[in-house]
Amino acid sequence: MNLLSVKNLNKSYVTKKLMGKNEERKVLSNVQFELGENKILGIVGESGCGKSTLAKVLTRLEDFQSGEITLCGQNLREIPQKNLTHLVQMVFQDPYQSLNPRKMAWEIIADPIMVVEKTPRPQAKIQALAMMAKVGLLPELSERYPHQFSGGQRQRIGIARALMLKPKILILDEPVSALDVSIQAQVLNLLLDLQKEFGLSMIFISHDLSVVKHISDETLVLYFGEVVEHGPSENVFKNPQHAYTKTLLESAP
Amino acid sequence: MLLEIEKLSVQFKTESGNLLALRDVSFSLEAGEILGVVGESGSGKSVSNLALMGLLPDIAVINTKKVLFQNHPLDLNSQKQLSQLRGKSIAMIFQDPMTALNPSLTVGYQMLETLQTHLGLSKKAAKMKAISLLERVGILSAEQRLKVYPFELSGGMAQRVMIAMSISCNPKLLIADEPTTALDVTIQKQILDLLIDLQREKKMSMIFVSHDLALVKKYSQRIQVMYAGEIIETGPTDQVIKNPHHPYTFGLLKARPSAHAGKTKEHLYAIPGTVPSLRARPSGCQFHPRCNRSTEVCKKTNPSVSSLQPSPLQTSFSCHHPLESL
Ligand SMILES: Nc1ncnc2c1ncn2[C@@H]1O[C@H](COP(=O)(O)OP(=O)(O)OP(=O)(O)O)[C@@H](O)[C@H]1O
Ligand SMILES: Nc1ncnc2c1ncn2[C@@H]1O[C@H](COP(=O)(O)OP(=O)(O)OP(=O)(O)O)[C@@H](O)[C@H]1O
Ligand code: SF4
Ligand SMILES: [Mg+2]
Ligand SMILES: [Mg+2]
Repeated sequence: MNLLSVKNLNKSYVTKKLMGKNEERKVLSNVQFELGENKILGIVGESGCGKSTLAKVLTRLEDFQSGEITLCGQNLREIPQKNLTHLVQMVFQDPYQSLNPRKMAWEIIADPIMVVEKTPRPQAKIQALAMMAKVGLLPELSERYPHQFSGGQRQRIGIARALMLKPKILILDEPVSALDVSIQAQVLNLLLDLQKEFGLSMIFISHDLSVVKHISDETLVLYFGEVVEHGPSENVFKNPQHAYTKTLLESAP
Repeated sequence: MLLEIEKLSVQFKTESGNLLALRDVSFSLEAGEILGVVGESGSGKSVSNLALMGLLPDIAVINTKKVLFQNHPLDLNSQKQLSQLRGKSIAMIFQDPMTALNPSLTVGYQMLETLQTHLGLSKKAAKMKAISLLERVGILSAEQRLKVYPFELSGGMAQRVMIAMSISCNPKLLIADEPTTALDVTIQKQILDLLIDLQREKKMSMIFVSHDLALVKKYSQRIQVMYAGEIIETGPTDQVIKNPHHPYTFGLLKARPSAHAGKTKEHLYAIPGTVPSLRARPSGCQFHPRCNRSTEVCKKTNPSVSSLQPSPLQTSFSCHHPLESL
């Protein structure tokens, strides 16, 4: 069975204009795909094509107009919030802005289990330290604040936090775009290790084709909110079918 | 030789202490040459360009042994000398065109102002020139575009406007500092192809800065790799790419996956650790805490720049234990 199935998803943003008129802007059109267990799906496309919107719909940060999203056999709209956080977690692009500056690293990482599972602080700290070790953060860093970490370390904190509730699916929105190449390689290796260790599935969003090609089993190309190509990464990159995918590949250095 | 810089150092005097951002950087640039500069964030790529443009803040202390531009000595501490070159002989394109353009003035106003002050053109002549420049950089219905404000332009369009402005006085040297980092790959390629076209057409020299080695490899003739404010390897692009001698260059090349080749889902070669703090520099070779070839001598002495053969056509690098030639 597929972990996630998305059928005919349509999403528009409706903005209120002066004079009481609403303006509707279609962002996702008939998006359709499935995600299997222990698979990484890469999503590429240019700025504004709807990648982040899709991520937000899947984590229910945004609602959608029509279509059907099924997560572990349940309708996404009907899953209680507490259960949802155990199924999907998201890692954001900007490791600088998505971490609470007033909390220590271990508190940020332990936050989901303290809030959702009401784990007592001492136990939560032990679990957070164990997770820090898994993502390659030394225990002596646990009491530091976000500004005392490098970009790559902050991204590790974000990933560690997202893994605390042992989600089935991790959605990563441009997780390495803000990082330097040498650090980017460290984080990509970490994600591949975590996929194996936890049997995770991931949706990996990026505008960088080389990174998506490297990490994902399947690649989906979004163009103006539509899926124009989707298949095993090897095929998509070796033998692109859609004209837009071809242009993308030709433009990549 | 268009530009020769010998031992350029830049120190920032900040409230939380001093920081040596550039340390004894020496390089030269031939007329008509494209020099690609790569390095991680904070390695000093922009600081060296800002020093050349005279755009560093007052807290920057600049030291040089020798700087020659068009065979004339140039004092990087003289705003008078630098302001005569800036925008005319030396022009610069920045990463974010939106911040370089004034948001409250139309594109036309900003272009005409530059053309009138730098070239002394009449308003009418400046307008004609502006239109032909915009057409040259691929902007359709150029005359109408003069009336728009920067926020009405897409990122790629705004960068084209910046390019048009930067080449308006036929500079000898064009510095492009991450000119396409904020743009989509398809637009990035269009912009870089345009820049290369213009560079050939106008026989300019170009310093092309990017953190993306793949881009620099494609668009430059010579490469300069920076780490912690020093040039650690430099040479003809194809040689450096094919046969890197410095372990950091080697690591940068290996760490980046390719969209065109290579197996998927394999571990990438990752350089461990992070760049050192410039406030508390390590002793010896700046790369030694991350280097798998490091020995005692690396911890004690910073390697001097050696070269295989002392010629600009050969690679030079600073490392005690360089990787062997293939
Ligand atoms: N809250 C919102 N209200 C109205 N429009 C929005 C909102 N969020 C996004 N949009 C619009 O929806 C479109 C898709 O945006 P989205 O952020 O999903 O793109 P993206 O593919 O993630 O782009 P990027 O690569 O730049 O992150 C864009 O045109 C954007 O302007
Ligand atoms: N105005 C300033 N005051 C203090 N330090 C500065 C200032 N400008 C730059 N620096 C420091 O100088 C060093 C080199 O900065 P520079 O901007 O040249 O890096 P870069 O290689 O261009 O990086 P990036 O890829 O992020 O643009 C950095 O450590 C930076 O923090
Ligand atoms: S000098 Fe030593 S530490 Fe520095 S790069 Fe060379 S081998 Fe590595
Ligand atoms: Mg986005
Ligand atoms: Mg810079």
